[in-house]
Amino acid sequence: MATAELIEGRTGSWEVVIGLEVHAQVTAAAKLFSGAATAFGAAPNTQVSPVDAAFPGMLPVINRHVVAQAVKTGLGLDAKINLRSVFDRKNYFYPDLPAGYQISQYQQPIVGHGQIALDLPDGRSRTIGITRLHLEQDAGKSLHDQHPTQTYVDLNRAGIGLMEIVSEPDLRSAEEAGLYLRKLRSLLRYLGTCDGNMEEGSLRCDCNVSVRRPGGPYGTRCEIKNLNSVRFVMQAIDYEARRQIRLIEAGGAVAQETRLFDSSRGETRPMRSKEEAHDYRYFPDPDLLPLELDPEWVAALRADLPELPDAKKARFVADYGLRVEDADVLVAERATAEYFETVAAGRDAKAAANWVTGDLFGALNRLGRAIEDCPVTPERLGQLIDLVADGTISGRIAKDVFADMIETGEAPGAIVERKGLRQVSDTGAIEAAVDTALAAHPAQVMQYKTNPKVLGFFVGQVMKATQGKANPGLVNELLRRKLASA
Amino acid sequence: MSDLTGLSLAEARAGLLSRQFSARELAQAHIAAMERARPLNAFITETPERALAMADAADGRLKCGAALPLDGIPLAVKDLFCTAGVLTTAASHILDGFAPPYESTVTARLWSAGAVMLGKTNLDEFAMGSSNTTSHYGPVENPWRRPGDNRPLVPGGSSGGSAAALAAHAALGAIGTDTGGSIRQPASFCGIVGLKPSWGRCSRWGVVAYASSLDCPGPMARTVCDAALLLQVMAGHDPRDSTSAPLPVPDYAGALVGDVRGLKVGIPREYRAPGMPAEIEALWRRGAEWLRDAGATPIEISLPMTKYALPAYYIIAPAEASSNLARYDGVKYGLRVPGDSLDDMYERTRGEGFGAEVKRRVLIGTYVLSAGYYDAYYLKAQKVRNLIAQDFAAAFANVDCLLTPTAPSAAFAIGEHADDPISMYLNDVFTIPANLAGLPAISVPAGLSADGLPLGLQIIGRAFDEATVLRVGAALERAAEFRHRASFLTA
Repeated sequence: MATAELIEGRTGSWEVVIGLEVHAQVTAAAKLFSGAATAFGAAPNTQVSPVDAAFPGMLPVINRHVVAQAVKTGLGLDAKINLRSVFDRKNYFYPDLPAGYQISQYQQPIVGHGQIALDLPDGRSRTIGITRLHLEQDAGKSLHDQHPTQTYVDLNRAGIGLMEIVSEPDLRSAEEAGLYLRKLRSLLRYLGTCDGNMEEGSLRCDCNVSVRRPGGPYGTRCEIKNLNSVRFVMQAIDYEARRQIRLIEAGGAVAQETRLFDSSRGETRPMRSKEEAHDYRYFPDPDLLPLELDPEWVAALRADLPELPDAKKARFVADYGLRVEDADVLVAERATAEYFETVAAGRDAKAAANWVTGDLFGALNRLGRAIEDCPVTPERLGQLIDLVADGTISGRIAKDVFADMIETGEAPGAIVERKGLRQVSDTGAIEAAVDTALAAHPAQVMQYKTNPKVLGFFVGQVMKATQGKANPGLVNELLRRKLASA
Repeated sequence: MSDLTGLSLAEARAGLLSRQFSARELAQAHIAAMERARPLNAFITETPERALAMADAADGRLKCGAALPLDGIPLAVKDLFCTAGVLTTAASHILDGFAPPYESTVTARLWSAGAVMLGKTNLDEFAMGSSNTTSHYGPVENPWRRPGDNRPLVPGGSSGGSAAALAAHAALGAIGTDTGGSIRQPASFCGIVGLKPSWGRCSRWGVVAYASSLDCPGPMARTVCDAALLLQVMAGHDPRDSTSAPLPVPDYAGALVGDVRGLKVGIPREYRAPGMPAEIEALWRRGAEWLRDAGATPIEISLPMTKYALPAYYIIAPAEASSNLARYDGVKYGLRVPGDSLDDMYERTRGEGFGAEVKRRVLIGTYVLSAGYYDAYYLKAQKVRNLIAQDFAAAFANVDCLLTPTAPSAAFAIGEHADDPISMYLNDVFTIPANLAGLPAISVPAGLSADGLPLGLQIIGRAFDEATVLRVGAALERAAEFRHRASFLTA
């Protein structure tokens, strides 16, 4: 363990131990055990079947697609797929839990032990263990702000399939936790099993945090519930670790409890203890037989997996000769990687990577757009690179053309023609411009012998005179020759 | 016209097909009988208009020769089956005013086969009971009374209303549910036939759940043949019930044609319960003789785990019930008793909405599933359940079915056992093992007790072998020649 991850307290260093429980809503048209729709943002209680509302006599029927999504996720996590798993009932009373129990998986989850590799900023990489992934139902939503004294319940979310992905307590800092979450989200998006949208709540995170002396026995952990952004996860962990250290160093002891993160104050505080005094009375759901998976079906899902971020990154480095950092950025989102590969096809991959991670990302950032609705298609960005490569325009002009493409969505060739930006490689024309520049600035010509840097001044003059269209290589060569002989 | 109510379902079907009477006439006769039977409190909800409309539709089909299998047959439905737009109570205050927007699979199949719905029958609250005295709508009276004794008797439970309606000739057939004996024990008490199919044979979709791993919808009728005709329509795979068996449904009426020659009938010695009345033991012996006379071979066998069935049942069933009944919280439908807080509302609603027996089982179930007690109770009970199933499997390696008494006594007086849940629970001692093992079992009226009350014998079969159960049940029925009628009909 690198010492950089330790927190210095008043009495020495402390190591933070973190495990994450991520609830990922499964991307699926229907719920886990009913045919009701799952679209986000629908009017309250419009996507509810009698099964979701726990009407008498209603029975759950497992959604095969959701099971496939969980298995794919398990395969993506390099995890053991349990061919036999069991659904249990987790019993507790709450108005947004219509049946009075949540159908979940307790002792026999669908996915067993797996792992996620993290690449740390300092170049090291770490493997974080995944304890398990299980399927369960989401609850509805209690709306406390619709009426002064009453709570309303929206059951649209009730029964949507969730994957609870539990990590081992392998994370050692808020930064690692952030990396883990981003990596997991990237993986889920690659697999198409969860949209990873934390604002809409399709990805939620509970953090278990404890502190200990480096290498010592685990401390008592606190669970911070329901964090809905990577930033909040990191802030909450930082706050919680420091709180625990302060407490212990002041002679106190950490109580095992569930805490909430107050994002406006940046601090965690205990949930009312009543809410956590649950005995969930898990037992196997008698309405559902054990879930048995056909190994061939699992094998077919495995064969169908897309290339995942780690493999893609390795391939980008090996095949395209990219720097690891660039590859990292390019593979984070599947859409970005696909965009890059289209641009790079048959071209200088490094140039393609530079364009995508540089000008393109900058423009998207400015526009607040995702790569999926980028005004410049990867084909057209490729054409732009081609125009530079074949000398039609200079690299500098290309930047202007790109800005124009972002603005208008036009093809680069059309912009070059419309604006007359074609690079001038006609030696005669350039020579004339060079001669004019030299004649106009005799003093600087004289300086050249003692100060060769004045060359840059003349390049600027010539480029200005040719509106940047002169081939910079030719300009440099001609100037050097003429200045030397002047 | 009142003759029409004394027909068997099969006879009524023949009469309808040959146009001796119309479905409307048959329905009217039964509506009148249902009204006459009101003192028995067998029905919670009567649906005469619906019955007549369904009968008219059946008449339309019968007239043009397009009759469906049960066209025009008036049926009584245990009020545990959800019926679209019709009050469905589970005999509980907590479902006040609940009219489901859907129809249970089993009733939907019956209506699609042309059957006519007379009404919803009374039961023990949430099917929890063996005497039909825990209903929020009051107890059901057995149409039978001891000769010379005017005290009202229980019809058994929980499907007491369905059994009483049949014995009072207020329906040609009925449906019930059987979790620990709730079809067979009232059948025995009321002198009718009750069949609990294998778990998974009839869909539970739309049936208010008591204990899901044990609940079985099944037919009740006055003859074995009638039960077979009903089961034929009720049975079959339902994709909406994940536990319903994807198996073909054999021709049950056809199975009755065969005889029982060569069949081996197990007589489990552990069913000779201590304190069992001699007359029940005698009837049991007579049943074995009847089957021997019909060409079967009775063989004494052992089911050593039998004595653990009742305690295991009273752990597993309440455990599931405690969870199944959590949905009745005042939030979504049925009764809501307002409170000062959410918890207060829960407590008042459930406190007022559930009766004492339901509360008792919810408490027992909550307890046995609690952290620290789960292994000692629920888990152990599940192990016992497996051992009981193994007992049966071992027995069925040597025999084709089992013969036992249905219940350890005849019907008792309303109020008897009321203060002693254990003695009440003992009523189901012979019926519960088949539920724990998921096996089909039938109760057939086989004789009268010394004080003139019906007694049933039970045939238990291999899983999904309802055909053999029905065939042997029919042999018992032929031999027993039970022709007695309830005192309610003769008074």
